[in-house]
Amino acid sequence: MKLFLFALALNSGFMISAADWLQFRGTSCNGVSEETVGPTVLDINQSLAWKADLPGRGLSSPIIIGDRVFVTCSSGPKQQRLHVICFNASDGAKRWERQFWATGRTMCQSKTCVAAPTPASDGQRIVAIFSSNDIVCLDLDGNLIWFRGLGRDYPNASNSVGMSSSLVVADGVAVAQVESEGDAFTAGLDMNSGLNRWKLERPRKANWTSPIVLKRGGRELVVLQSSKGITGVEPASGKVVWEYSDAVSIIPSSTMSGDMLFLPSHGLTALQLGSGGEKPKQIWQSSQLRPGTASPIVLEGKVFTLNDAGVLTCGASATGQRSWQLRLKGPFSATPVAVGHFLYCVSEKGVAQVVDTSRPEGEIVNEVDLGETVLSTPSISGGAIYFRSDARLWKIGKPPA
Amino acid sequence: MKHILGILVATTLASTAMAGLAPQFAEALHVIRAVGPEGRGNVEASAAWKKLAMGKADTLLPILEGMDGANDYALNWLRAALDAIANRELSGGAKLPLPELGRFLLETRHHPRARRLAFELLTQIDPATAEKLLAGMLNDPSLEIRHDAVQKVIDQAGQSLTASNKAGAALLFQQALNSARDVKQVETIASKLEELGQPVDLQKHFGFLPERKVIGPFDNTGRKGFETVYPPEQKSDLTGEYDGKTGKVRWQQYSTKHKYGMVDMNQPYGKLKEVTAYASTDFVSDRAQSVELRLGGKNSWKVWLNGKLLFGRDEYHFDSEVDQYSMPAPLQSGRNAILVKVCQNEQVEDWTTEWEFQLRITDSLGTPIVAAATSAQNGPNGNPTSSR
Repeated sequence: MKLFLFALALNSGFMISAADWLQFRGTSCNGVSEETVGPTVLDINQSLAWKADLPGRGLSSPIIIGDRVFVTCSSGPKQQRLHVICFNASDGAKRWERQFWATGRTMCQSKTCVAAPTPASDGQRIVAIFSSNDIVCLDLDGNLIWFRGLGRDYPNASNSVGMSSSLVVADGVAVAQVESEGDAFTAGLDMNSGLNRWKLERPRKANWTSPIVLKRGGRELVVLQSSKGITGVEPASGKVVWEYSDAVSIIPSSTMSGDMLFLPSHGLTALQLGSGGEKPKQIWQSSQLRPGTASPIVLEGKVFTLNDAGVLTCGASATGQRSWQLRLKGPFSATPVAVGHFLYCVSEKGVAQVVDTSRPEGEIVNEVDLGETVLSTPSISGGAIYFRSDARLWKIGKPPA
Repeated sequence: MKHILGILVATTLASTAMAGLAPQFAEALHVIRAVGPEGRGNVEASAAWKKLAMGKADTLLPILEGMDGANDYALNWLRAALDAIANRELSGGAKLPLPELGRFLLETRHHPRARRLAFELLTQIDPATAEKLLAGMLNDPSLEIRHDAVQKVIDQAGQSLTASNKAGAALLFQQALNSARDVKQVETIASKLEELGQPVDLQKHFGFLPERKVIGPFDNTGRKGFETVYPPEQKSDLTGEYDGKTGKVRWQQYSTKHKYGMVDMNQPYGKLKEVTAYASTDFVSDRAQSVELRLGGKNSWKVWLNGKLLFGRDEYHFDSEVDQYSMPAPLQSGRNAILVKVCQNEQVEDWTTEWEFQLRITDSLGTPIVAAATSAQNGPNGNPTSSR
């Protein structure tokens, strides 16, 4: 993975740190930090680095680039006000904030909100998408590079409970998966201009999953997920490289580990990717490893799924054989993230729990009650973990220098 | 008070702000205002934005004025530039031009969003004055400003209730209701007024159209009915008889008493699946005018105005709310034929029984447009034609 980061940095012309967390579930789209040490003690009194108030709602995860933490929010009577905010990672001070007006539909089910999808970055610029399908690209200092109103350009691509697919950036292209019953497409937007490099018609079905980026055969590939399967796409051209057809979940997203892709399909399906980017091959399926809203995560040869009620299930990533289950304090919407052999799981009630996966049947070794509803997947950077609610952003871990 | 006076006497600066711009600023504004759909003009706008965002506090007014007549893409570019300038100037200790911002705010000819921005800047630099001004903005053309002004009255009414002044509270709630355009605020106020013994006729308040002719069911097996052109789309003949899904169908009168004006196709036809029906009504306008047709519902639908397709959504059973979809539309003077197609799919779960929609006609703020007359009879101009 370090080689992948180095190659990405070379392609992009700038360096990405292993501590950076560039998109939903981190730079590698798998929820696993490249760092080796995270906070095992989650204690608001002892290990809270800082917390900051937020001006609006959000299910999106923070992303972290160097000393900057970026968060999106939505506010106003119809959540038509879109916010992108940058904080100092070191002390939580707000560096800048930009606001925009939604040009697309903002109707959402009450549990979710317009700032549901997580922004993404190439390390130099950030792109933020909202449920209204508005996308803004800013540099790290908040200078506007471009704005797109996909909800205005393609008004039937929306649904009435809210969109949530996060962006990924690969090969100088921001990939936006905008899929609903009314209209469905995935667009590759040029990171310099926001113009469509390509636009793929997609299955007309609601889809809340997020694409992932993987590197095979010396090139980056974006994997799109829909109810009908997954599709490998060249990010620069939009060319479909392969398709794997099967019934796939439209809520939890796939995750990648080594040359294996773990797909929420028939419970969980493990696919092996060829070295040259050819169509993946099915290795196993397990109905006992069915994920809920949270996406699966793989750690040290073990694959973990978390159902909505809070049952964490561990299986062997090579075989799909279930090994143990652990009851956490649920319910859950957020996907777990990991450092070393520790999983960080935060419940909808705001109870963050650290699971030591090296124990024979897993063990909750620490927890903290944030005291607020948390639906957002946490982010990890610099030995600290970031949680966000509708009202606050917390950094728990190393105190400010 | 002296700030308010200052705002009121500042009569010339804002109107001349554009004229005083350096040429490169004026050019940057021009370039940004030219952005359009699908990223058109983004490359040029990105360079122009950097120039614009380098401005000082004296460029805020020209940027706000530059929002007048701008499209929604350009508004966002301009807003981001204004945010950047204001944040930098305020954090650097510079003073923003309060009287000019206030005067801009008070001139309702300016773009509502630009005026809201002016209000927010004013709130940052002089919150007490902004608060006083808000009290006089209950009927503001900026929905965001109006929302805050109405909320202030709702809060005051709540305080009257706490003080056991029910009569005073009812008056304040009524005042808030007259100005409120936000649906949630209207619902909150109506609930309070009902508790106070003054129920609100929400169907009338929102202006939902209660009367229409309906015809159906037509076939929607495999969800193909959404695209299938049935006779009501081809020909306006309210005496016509056609082949429906299960036999001959003809137009019949339908009236709704639903609080939110729901036209429930399950009432005339029963709880059917994989079916399509149409509803037709005429709306008589006393003049040609631009309006919005606002529709809510969980089923697939299409809407035609005077035979022209306005929009359609092929989506089933997600969620529904008042004003879920807003469609700009030109009413002609006299009769206007509105035809709605509403489809039901094959799902059998309890939460998929709804086969309905609601529709109202409003101005851009959500104020209902009152018909000179409404009937469920199509006139000579009301022949729907296919959108193909």
